[in-house]
Amino acid sequence: MRERLALSTPVMGACGKTGTWRVFRPVVDREICNACGICSLYCPDGVINEEDYSIDLDYCKGCGICANECPKKAITMERE
Amino acid sequence: MADKSLELFDAGHRACGGCGPALAARLILKGCGPHTIVTVSTGCMEVFSTPYPETAWKVPLIHSLFENASAVASGIEASLKKQGRNEHVICICGDGATFDIGMLCISGAFERGHNITYICYDNEAYMNTGIQRSGATPYDASTTTSPAGRQSFGNSRPKKDLPSILAAHGAPYVATCSVAYPNDIIKKVERAVNTEGPCYIQVHAPCCTGWGFDGKKTMAVGKLAIETGLWVNFELVNGSVEKAKKIKRRPVEDYLQEQKRFRHLFKPNRNDAEIAKIQAIADVNALKYGIDI
Repeated sequence: MRERLALSTPVMGACGKTGTWRVFRPVVDREICNACGICSLYCPDGVINEEDYSIDLDYCKGCGICANECPKKAITMERE
Repeated sequence: MADKSLELFDAGHRACGGCGPALAARLILKGCGPHTIVTVSTGCMEVFSTPYPETAWKVPLIHSLFENASAVASGIEASLKKQGRNEHVICICGDGATFDIGMLCISGAFERGHNITYICYDNEAYMNTGIQRSGATPYDASTTTSPAGRQSFGNSRPKKDLPSILAAHGAPYVATCSVAYPNDIIKKVERAVNTEGPCYIQVHAPCCTGWGFDGKKTMAVGKLAIETGLWVNFELVNGSVEKAKKIKRRPVEDYLQEQKRFRHLFKPNRNDAEIAKIQAIADVNALKYGIDI
C-alpha cells in the first residue's frame, strides 16, 4: 500500500545545496555581535543556528537580510 | 507558549534569496507547533517547497488543487473530530488562491464553522505564474496583466478587504500581520489555532522578484508598508477591532520609491495626482483603524 501512495519525506536540502546560488557571503564579526538573535528569526532559509549563531553556508543563499537587519551591523556581505 | 527555536520548515528549498513567503512559512509553523496538518493550494509556496518527491515540510502536508485547500481542510477537520483527535488543521494559500480562485470554498468552510485556521500569505499578485494582478494587488501597481504605460497607471482597482468579508462570516478571530514583525506572526498564529472555529490570518509577505527590489530589503519594505499606513496590523475579535498597531506615519512616497512596480509614478515625471490618491488610501486606513499616535 505504502509504495502506491505519492509520499515524500522531508530531508534537509531536498532541492540540492542552495548555497551554490550565493554571490555574497555573510561574515559575522564576533567582537561586535551581542547574540540578540534577530538575524536567526529573520532568515528565510532558517540557516542561522539559534544557539551559537553560526551560519550554515551549504544552504545560505546570500540574500543579505541578516546584514541589513542586524542592529549592531556585525554582519558584512563579502563577495565569494 | 510557542517554541521559537522549533524548526519545522527545512533549509534547502527553491525560494528566491530574500523570499518573504519562505520566512512566513517558517514563522507560521513555529506558531502552530508539531501537531499540525497543513493543506496548501497551488502557488509559490507549494512550488518552491514541495515538488514531488521533495519536501521541506516536517509536518503532514497535502496539496490538492488551486481552489480547494479550505474544502480539503474542512474534510480533514471533520474526520479528526469523528476520531476524537485534536491536531491543528491549517491552510496556507497565496493571495491569488484566497482572494480570487478559492473564494467559494473559503466562504463555505467559514459558513459551516469548521475548526480550521486559514492563513493567506499576501504578496499582492500571482507571483508563481509571472506577476499577474489579483484581487489583492494594490492601486496603481504595475503587473504583467495591468502594465503601466501611456494609457494606464497600472492596476486600476483598490485591494479587496478580505479580513472584513471573513469577519462578516462570523469568524471569531481575524488578524493581519507582516513578516517584518516575526514575533507578532508567531503570537497571532498561536492564538488563531487555539481559538475554536474558523480563523483567518493575512500575512503581508513582500516578494523581491515581483515587486522589484533587492532581496536584502524584504524586511525594510515590509516595515515601510506599515509605517506609511498602506498595511495595517490589526486583530478583529468577533467582528470588532481589538488591537491595531499604532505608528507615526510617513509619506507613502517612501514605500513606493523602493519598488519597481511603482516606478512609473516617479519616472520620467513625478505624478503627484496618482501619489495623492495612494496617500488617500493610507489616510482612510489610518482613520478606520485609528493607527495614528
